[in-house]
Amino acid sequence: MANKYLHIPRLRRVYVWELPVRFYHWLNAAVIIALIITGFYISNPLALMSNKDASHQYIMGWVRYIHFAAAYLFFFNFLFRLYWGFVGNKYANWKQFIPTSKRFFQEMWKVFKIDILMLKKNGQQQDHLSIGHNAMAGFIYFLTFLAFLVQCLTGFGLYAGMSTWWLPRLFAWVPAIMGGDIITRQVHHWSMWFFILFAVIHVYLVFYHDYVEGRGEISSMGGGWKFIEEDVFKKNLHQTPNPEKTNDKK
Amino acid sequence: MNKDNALTEQPTYYEEVVNKGYSRRDFVKFVSIMTAFIGLEQSAIGQVAKALETMPRMPVIWLHFQECTCCSESFIRSSHPIVADILLDKISLDYTETLMAASGTQAEAALRNTMAKYKGKYLLCVEGSVPLGADGVYCMIGGKTSLQILEEVAEGAAAIIAWGSCASNGCVQSAKPNPTQATPIHKIIKNKPIIKVPGCPPIGEVMAGVIVHYLTFGRIPELDRLGRPKAFYNKRVHDTCYRRPFYDAGLFVETFDDENAKKGYCLYKVGCKGPTTYNACAVTKWNGGTSFPIQAGHPCIGCSEENFWDNGRLYDRASVFSGFGIESSADDLGKIALGGTLAAVAVHAVATNIGKSKLIHEHEAEGKESEKELE
Ligand code: HEM
Ligand code: HEM
Ligand code: SF4
Repeated sequence: MANKYLHIPRLRRVYVWELPVRFYHWLNAAVIIALIITGFYISNPLALMSNKDASHQYIMGWVRYIHFAAAYLFFFNFLFRLYWGFVGNKYANWKQFIPTSKRFFQEMWKVFKIDILMLKKNGQQQDHLSIGHNAMAGFIYFLTFLAFLVQCLTGFGLYAGMSTWWLPRLFAWVPAIMGGDIITRQVHHWSMWFFILFAVIHVYLVFYHDYVEGRGEISSMGGGWKFIEEDVFKKNLHQTPNPEKTNDKK
Repeated sequence: MNKDNALTEQPTYYEEVVNKGYSRRDFVKFVSIMTAFIGLEQSAIGQVAKALETMPRMPVIWLHFQECTCCSESFIRSSHPIVADILLDKISLDYTETLMAASGTQAEAALRNTMAKYKGKYLLCVEGSVPLGADGVYCMIGGKTSLQILEEVAEGAAAIIAWGSCASNGCVQSAKPNPTQATPIHKIIKNKPIIKVPGCPPIGEVMAGVIVHYLTFGRIPELDRLGRPKAFYNKRVHDTCYRRPFYDAGLFVETFDDENAKKGYCLYKVGCKGPTTYNACAVTKWNGGTSFPIQAGHPCIGCSEENFWDNGRLYDRASVFSGFGIESSADDLGKIALGGTLAAVAVHAVATNIGKSKLIHEHEAEGKESEKELE
């Protein structure tokens, strides 16, 4: 019995998410949650049962203040992640988010077959392909980054009208081309739902991968490590969704 | 404005004022008020007075297309009588369907006359949108479509003022599905300076202010990105609203008949569009500074904003999606999508445990084995 599982290869440690990526991830998750909560409050504030004079409270003021403070953090964090997409390791590289090669599309299709349709190959259940995020995940993060962009454009566009600082004022053209603040604000509100749906699916899938593959998916955003089997490593079976530069190995 | 021959034949504004029986004192009062409205410093009063004293009266053609005349109504109600008497009186307007004495051929002749005599010098004011649908038959005057008239008259205009939301944005007649294809002026005329003065109607003082500014400086006022004069449209109603402290405190009117409404709380939750509307209502107010909608207890409906008629509801802040049978709010759809997502996730979780049971059991067995070997 003791020998039954000896064929199972040693796991090899790979440093996938560098500290800046992890830091970005958790700051991002925290501010997005704060933005969603305060955003809901701004759009439909509670009926306060209060006898205090208006001059003695500042509830809406604080909620909006938190929204705007979180918005700035969110914005700069986002810019930082874009920058890291050019200087970070291969798993953080921007190429792993944008489908530009045949390999990327093929892997997306494979992920779909394995994780959604749960197809078997040669009667075998299959598991992972990529050690970083897989092609499908990368593509979804790409859409997420577009949603970040929409949210920053509409948010700062709305904010431009109440700000005197040049940075938000740079966005004053957004409501102008969208046809006014009313529609800008509605788009800002609607796209919030993308974040909510993304978060639910994202967190579920992180748990799913951890559970099915057993390679430390959840903790990878903590310590940065993922683990792959020695033989997969040796045979170079793992890959990134998009080919890296030709002078890299593989 | 240069004093060439055609224009010097015209009396100056001051002469007109005196002829009308106003005193110098009235005139100076009017100038002071106007200077303040345009957002100029006190020291500019002299400049404005001088312009009105020396400049020959500017010929104005005022066209009415698809509209309700509320802009004209608002204009003649602006606080100072000189506005109505001099700027809008029949003497001052060379052609305007609503107020001129002439009619029929005579009126058409007056229009041709002004256009020919003051070519390139007259100010064109347009009230109303231009219907382009069905070759423009929805609004015709003297056998011509609005489009024809507009294009002809705009040709020789020095500048164009688009009065009200109709001329600036299309207003309610361009609401979905816009059967007449009501079109705002800036989408038709591209080669002339256009000042948009949106609002349904715009505030009378604002209208007068725009004209006086043009007269004084001989050029159009500074415009924002949407083509509106910055002096009047650079602030949100919300930023100048006297109920703002209640907003910041989070104290809102929940229904129109509740205690909070009596206390004058903020109207945000009953649909106030003040936070997304750029206008001078809370500062200049209406009817000679008497009041404005929010002061009267009614939420701002955003009448000076593009598409205010289709963008959501008047008494509700929630954004709506039409076309789902009933008008459902974006949040209702969001909640349905969230429910669907959660259900899909649950199904997937169950399917995983069935479909990938072998894989999962192998991992489990391996893990348990290691646990045992660890004593
Ligand atoms: C994930 C990101 C974000 C989410 C989920 C979010 C959500 C929301 C929601 C739901 C509202 C209420 C809209 C309504 O009234 O219906 C709102 C308002 C607003 N948000 Fe955001 N937002 C985000 C990012 C930002 C950013 C980056 C900015 C940039 C400054 C921003 C600025 C604003 C402004 C100015 C308002 C209007 C508040 C007011 O005028 O009182 N938001 N947001
Ligand atoms: C319990 C909560 C969460 C956990 C455990 C978690 C974990 C992870 C992990 C492991 C990855 C790497 C994914 C991969 O290998 O494909 C990741 C990526 C990502 N997560 Fe999360 N996440 C959580 C919540 C969130 C939330 C709330 C958001 C934002 C709405 C978010 C946004 C992202 C984004 C944008 C990426 C791509 C990261 C990059 O490469 O820059 N996550 N997350
Ligand atoms: S009443 Fe309207 S404009 Fe005034 S503070 Fe409330 S939301 Fe803003």
